[in-house]
Parts: sequence; C-alpha cells; structure tokens
Amino acid sequence: MSLGKARPYIMIFPAILVFTLFFLYPIGYMIYLSFHDWNFISPDKNYVGFENFAVLLKDAKFMQVLQNTFIYSALTVSLTISISLMLALWLNRKGTMYGFVQGAIFSPHIISLVSISMLWMWLMDTDYGLLNWFLNLFGITNVPWLTDPKTSLLSLIIVAVWKGIGYYTLIFIAGLQSIPQDIYEAAALDDTSKVRTFLKLTLPMLSPTLFFLTIIGLIGSFQVFETIAIMTGGGPINSTNTIVYYIYENGFRFFKIGYASTAGVLLLGIIGVFTILYFRLLSRKVHYQ
Amino acid sequence: MKKNPLWKILNGIGLLLLITIFALPFVWMISTSFKTLGETMVFPPKWIPNNLLWENFSKAWNSGPFLKYFLNSTIVALGILVLQFATIIPAAYAFARYKFKGSNFFFGVTMVTLMIPTQLIFLPVYLQMSAWGLLDSLWALILPFASSAFGIFLLRQSFKQVPEELLEAARLDQASEWQIIMKIMVPMAKPVLITFAMFSFIAHWNDYFWPLVMTTTDASRTLPLGISKLREVDGGVAWNILMAGNLILVVPILFVFFFAQRQIIRAFVYTGVK
Repeated sequence: MSLGKARPYIMIFPAILVFTLFFLYPIGYMIYLSFHDWNFISPDKNYVGFENFAVLLKDAKFMQVLQNTFIYSALTVSLTISISLMLALWLNRKGTMYGFVQGAIFSPHIISLVSISMLWMWLMDTDYGLLNWFLNLFGITNVPWLTDPKTSLLSLIIVAVWKGIGYYTLIFIAGLQSIPQDIYEAAALDDTSKVRTFLKLTLPMLSPTLFFLTIIGLIGSFQVFETIAIMTGGGPINSTNTIVYYIYENGFRFFKIGYASTAGVLLLGIIGVFTILYFRLLSRKVHYQ
Repeated sequence: MKKNPLWKILNGIGLLLLITIFALPFVWMISTSFKTLGETMVFPPKWIPNNLLWENFSKAWNSGPFLKYFLNSTIVALGILVLQFATIIPAAYAFARYKFKGSNFFFGVTMVTLMIPTQLIFLPVYLQMSAWGLLDSLWALILPFASSAFGIFLLRQSFKQVPEELLEAARLDQASEWQIIMKIMVPMAKPVLITFAMFSFIAHWNDYFWPLVMTTTDASRTLPLGISKLREVDGGVAWNILMAGNLILVVPILFVFFFAQRQIIRAFVYTGVK
C-alpha cells in the first residue's frame, strides 16, 4: 500500500462525510429555510427575508415558549447542581453501602426517557398516584400535577431533577476525588472550620466541574423534549411548551417549515452563546497546581 | 463520619431515605404491572396485588408487533455501534498520529459537530431523508449516527498516549498501518472503546426522539416508540399494562447495570470529567 500523503485524508473521510451530511449541511439548510415560507408540500419556497423572525418575536405563544424554556432550564440546572453538590459531599466515601447508594441514585440516568416519563405520569396521577397518596399522609389534598398550568412545568422540573441528580453527583464526586488531599491536611493543621474549608478550598477547586455541569445542564435542558411530548404535550394551555417541542409542533403538525426553522436558528444561537461562553471560561480557568 | 453513634444512625436513615426516593418509583412500577385494572384505581393504593397478573406482560407484548420493535431496536443500536467503530477508529488514528495539511480544520469540524445536538437539526435532516426516500426506514435511524465526534475525541486522546517507539518497532517489522491500528492501537485503547460502546449503545437503545421524528409505520419503529404507543390501547390509560410494557423495556437495562455498574458509571462519568 502506498497511499502516501492521501492516507490521513482517506482515514478521516467517512467520519467527515457523516458530519457534513447530517450535521453541517442541515444547519446551513435550516438557516436557508428560516428565510423562506414553505409548507413542505408545495414545490415553491418563497423567500420572505426576515419576516419569519419578525413574526416569531412578536408571537405571544412563542414568547411564552421562550419563557417556559428559560424557567425550566434555570430551575432544573440550579436545583440539580445544588442538590448534587450536597449529595456528593455526603456520599464521597468508600464502602459497599456508599457504592450501592451511588448506583441507586444513578440508575434513572440509563433508563429510557419514555419509561421515566410514563412512570412519573403514573406517580403524578391526580386521583390514584403515589405522590398524592404520600402528600395525603401529611394532610395535603390531591395536587393536579400535570393537568394544572400552575404546577405542570414544576412537575417536569421535578422529573428532570430526579433523573439528573445521580449523574451530576457522580461527576462531582469524581471532581472531589481529583482534589489533592494534602491541601486538606494543611487546612486541618491550621484548624480551619469545615464551612470555611468548603468555601475557601473545595468550592474553588471544584469550579471547573461546576462550570462544566452548568453549561452542559443548560444546553441539555434547552432541548428538553421527551418528557413534554409524553407527559403533557406542551399543555395544559401551553404551560409546558418549550422550544424543541414548539419546533416539532410547527414543523410536523402545522407544516410551517420556514417558521419552525426560524425557531431552530434561534435555539442554535442560544446554544452557541453558551458553548462559546463555556470555552471562554475554560481557557481562562485558573491553573491551581 | 464522626464516631458519635447518633450521627451514625442519622446518616443511616438519610441513606435509606435517599435509596427510597430512587427505588420506590421502580417498586411502584413493578407492583402496578401485576395488578388488575380495578386494583390500579384504589386509593389509598395497595402495594401488593391480590394475584400476580402475569398476563399483563403478554397483553403489553401482544398489543403491537413487539418482536419487530425489539429487532429494530437491536439492529439500530448495534448497526450504529459497528459503523461508529469503523469510522472513528481510523479518524482518531489519523488525528492522533499524522501531521497533515488541514488536520486542525477537520478536527475543528469534528469539535463543532460535538456541540450540535440532534434535537436542533431534526427538521432539515428529516427533509433530507424525505428527499432521498429514506424516511421510515432503519437507514434514517442509523446513518446520521454512523460516526461520533465524541468517540473520535475520546479515542484520539488515548491513541496519543501510545508510545511512538512501539509504532516505530512495528513499522521496522514491516507492519502495515492497518495492522498497527488493529494489533497495537485498538488493544491499547480497549477500555476507552468499551466505555464508548456502552455509552453509545445505551443512548441509542433508549432513544425516543429520533425514531419518533423519522418513522411513520411499525416496519421501522423501535422499542421505546412501541412502548409509548401503549398509551393508546383501549381508549383510557391502562396503567397496569403500561407499566408492564415499560418493565419489559427497563428490566434488561437495569439487569445489565446491576452486573456492570462500575463500567457503566465510568462510561458516563468519564465523558463528563475528561
């Protein structure tokens, strides 16, 4: 075989081809479509300039969708991170018991979101659900979790936090274990209090992990779809409709391809900003060793 | 923990509570899947049904072409994995070991792909698949994932760690580049490959979104879609059948998780830390 200089190109070709066909080209196509009006069936795509963007940003429904997405993302990420951090500090120990608990809280992460969604739909059933039975024990009357617009988004956040905690906790534990132990010995010698050690030592040392999880978490929750599609269908009265579900609805139910693409371009922008932010923070990351 | 016995007890209660929060929903799922429809509509709920209704499982399984779904899921998840190995191993090798014009550019392209979620591009890809006549086929489920930027990224790191002397020695022995990859690189990177394989298989086995968008008939539907359609059986929601169906989907994964917990956790956490 004398492929010579062509060899590396041949080696990367299949992968690059897949990326181009199924990731890069579609992005370009989506941006192209966002400037057009098209219903998928008609042969003509009418160029409409920025009209889709103008309509989208004036659409009250889309504004609520954006608001839902931001509330969902902010609450899901902040709750998951704070709970996981506490759990990580607690569960970062050796022993069978701790290993078992770590496994148990991680288990939802590898289960299909279909099953998670259906299980929680059942747990949150207003009349016969386990969650309301449990609340009844404390004298709280039945909560219509998924059918009341006041609690529906919160219900989805609860499910996301429940599913995500295990993964986040284990990443935090990995982060904690990579902190050199001699620092703590020095702190112990100095008689530093536990809270102070946490704030002044552990937290700064964990900051790369914290950034990573925040960004990954935000990017992930901006794209939430499965739980919504299965548990609420975006309702009741639009209270759980988020960006990806909105794109899906407009593209596949209303056949407003150009309009749906415009929402996609907007999401691309949001995710892009967070990604760039992440790499900025990463490159400025303090080197502490 | 402190030696204080009160602390120990509180700690134990805490751990137990934590396990309950995560295990109880699954216990509830199992309990429901053995109930009669009548028993699911009792409040306060009963934990142990009078009779174990095994027929719920056959009802769930027979409510649709589940064997077909199962086969489709297997073909898709394994097909993706095989293609990914075929595309990421040479690419990672080239990025790790060759200096070539444009390598930075092409690696940049790979990294950009890593950042693009499938949830963002499903609409244009759908239109493309439709133009190619591939909609509602297993190809539409497999081809977009035939390579993995994430896999290339992981593998490149571990290929870089293989000492150069080893490759020089092999080249002196007239080994071809192909032999170097298969005999030296792949065995050295085995843990990373296994990690990646688990990650990829679980992700695509569980995937609901992509098959939902790309398929329209049972001929190409996968297990998660089949399970999600159980809701539509008999008008109202039969929670016992629904939970039985979901148990069929969940149990194999939990079973594997039970035995390969360390590797699986490593597979997912590794992706987060590196």
